[in-house]
Amino acid sequence: MAIFLTANSRVLVHGMTGSEGSKHTKRMLASGTKVVGGVTPGKGGQVVDFDGLAIPVFNSASEAVAATKADTSVIFVPAKFTKAAVIDAVDAEVGLIVVITEGVPVHDTTEFFAYAQKSGKSRLIGPNCPGLISPGKSNVGIIPADITGPGPIGLVSKSGTLTYQMMYELRDIGFSTAVGIGGDPVVGTTHIDCLRAFQDDPDTKAIVMIGEIGGDAEERAAAFIKEYVTKPVVGYVAGFTAPEGKTMGHAGAIVSGSSGTAAAKRDALEAVGVRVGVTPSESAQLLRSILGK
Amino acid sequence: MDLFEYQARDLFEAHGIPVLPAQVARTPEDARSAAKAIGGRVVIKAQVKTGGRGKAGGVKVAENSDEAFEKASAILGMDIKGHRVNAVMVAQAAPIDSEYYLAILLDRAQRSFLVMASVSGGMDIEEVAHKTPEKLAKVLVDPLKGIDQAQALAIATQANFPTDIRESVATVLLNLWKCFVAEDATLVEINPLVKTNDGKIIALDGKVTFDDNAIFRHSDHEALVDHDAADPLEALAKEKDLNYVKLDGEVGIIGNGAGLVMSTLDVVAYAGEKFGGVKPANFLDIGGGASAQVMADGLSIILGDKDVKSVFVNVFGGITSCDAVANGILQALEILGPKAAKPIVVRLDGNNVVEGRRILNEAAHPLIQQLDTMDGAASRAAELASSASGVAK
Repeated sequence: MAIFLTANSRVLVHGMTGSEGSKHTKRMLASGTKVVGGVTPGKGGQVVDFDGLAIPVFNSASEAVAATKADTSVIFVPAKFTKAAVIDAVDAEVGLIVVITEGVPVHDTTEFFAYAQKSGKSRLIGPNCPGLISPGKSNVGIIPADITGPGPIGLVSKSGTLTYQMMYELRDIGFSTAVGIGGDPVVGTTHIDCLRAFQDDPDTKAIVMIGEIGGDAEERAAAFIKEYVTKPVVGYVAGFTAPEGKTMGHAGAIVSGSSGTAAAKRDALEAVGVRVGVTPSESAQLLRSILGK
Repeated sequence: MDLFEYQARDLFEAHGIPVLPAQVARTPEDARSAAKAIGGRVVIKAQVKTGGRGKAGGVKVAENSDEAFEKASAILGMDIKGHRVNAVMVAQAAPIDSEYYLAILLDRAQRSFLVMASVSGGMDIEEVAHKTPEKLAKVLVDPLKGIDQAQALAIATQANFPTDIRESVATVLLNLWKCFVAEDATLVEINPLVKTNDGKIIALDGKVTFDDNAIFRHSDHEALVDHDAADPLEALAKEKDLNYVKLDGEVGIIGNGAGLVMSTLDVVAYAGEKFGGVKPANFLDIGGGASAQVMADGLSIILGDKDVKSVFVNVFGGITSCDAVANGILQALEILGPKAAKPIVVRLDGNNVVEGRRILNEAAHPLIQQLDTMDGAASRAAELASSASGVAK
């Protein structure tokens, strides 16, 4: 088992004919992902060859789903076309829509998130995220597949490179699923959604949750852990040195006044029994000691 | 991007929200002619992107244009919480009967838009929300439907606006919503919204924040950027399209990925505690590509910061491969030549790390030291910065 993404997931790549889309389609295929089609409006009927594997391109997600029975979309189209691509995938009732694109206007995200919610059929991950990987099963997005293999740890993080770093620190143990939820102010899947799924996943024995400054998602996740999660959770929070009022790379990573500080997030997590490391490697050590490895 | 009050005022006016006649002035002489043009009593207001300017003496009433000159002279150049006053807004004075509050913002937790309205305006709205939450109406907006006049009126009613002004407050709210959507704002706030003695509803002060991600569909927003405020290094970084924030420490930081760079700052500050309290000097995320040119641009900005005593390059190769990063660093040092004269600690991990480390080892560049772990490298960079600044251990 794993969460959200399994060995059977059938994946559409929106923007597969673009440079980013084709580069990552190749990588996803190499890590065992079942990529069954591409979606690029106006390029339907084309076929793209990936080292001898011919993948058909469709004009819309609905056409692609009808032809391929795809159940997952990964979106690599430029920010200004992202809203249309997500709405296309929601209309096709794709169950998991992963938006890798960064720089999406938050009004667009808020709208297409509401649209997906209203449909009741689609889970959205991202935007501005590295995607998710269930090692050895499937990989949707840009997370390197060769860092580590399958194992008992579930990981949820706003940040891509911190996800990689943590997977690397714990590479000898392995992961059920690692989800990069993205660092934008509005994201489709939250820490809480992932914590719930990991708690319910029999193959996940322990959870690593990586947070960063901005908003109060980590504080709400802490409250959720208290009420729902019985599996051990180890935390890490980035951004203790971030000054107020300066955006630190991610559109959502900003401390305003007393809200969104790293210290407040750490305190909230520790108050519900989550052990929080000062550095990523210390968090990894805490997890090792919990798993006895 | 946050707007100045005068910019918010102009934006409101363009979207049909009633505001007072006002002009921005950057010299006392300009303030005098602005006051003359507006006529009568005016208010001179410091234009700074921070609160508490009234208490700091940044808002003064002037009875005539000569007084406007005097008051503007006193306010221009003031320092309000670290913000230098480079401009004042000269606005017509209005006799105020009541002060209200109206705002629309992105609600991150609800992943939706939120209208906040209160008849207790003027003061700190967070205090109203905290002490008397019943006085602040909060209404979520369906992002797919937006607000219409009927809904705006329902919100004005729920917030207990007096019956005789509900319609006009609802119209202001409707226009505020249109402004919020049309401009891709994440916050539009009127505080206070006032009723004047003669019964008019006017937006007296405003705050607006735009979504930087939406700049591609708002070419007019570029003109609103405050270039005076940017740190010179931040301005240079922006020209080079680098994601850089200046901080006040001694260890220059370059990394890939916002989360990892934030974490690097923390790890350096933590390590610095053992070395005289040295701190990170900046945030710099060079992103996924990390080409030689991007590395050279990044290094050149960091090495141009006179406070920097050592540099820490922390890269986890996800898609980027470490050999490309290693070559990028070496080529960057070649491009920079003698301008690069500070020790550089490099930690590479991830994709093709063996080759990356081999390239740096073989190059044996006198400025470069390699360490295998992030914590170890942070500690070395802090130690080098500390000994270079002569801070006692």
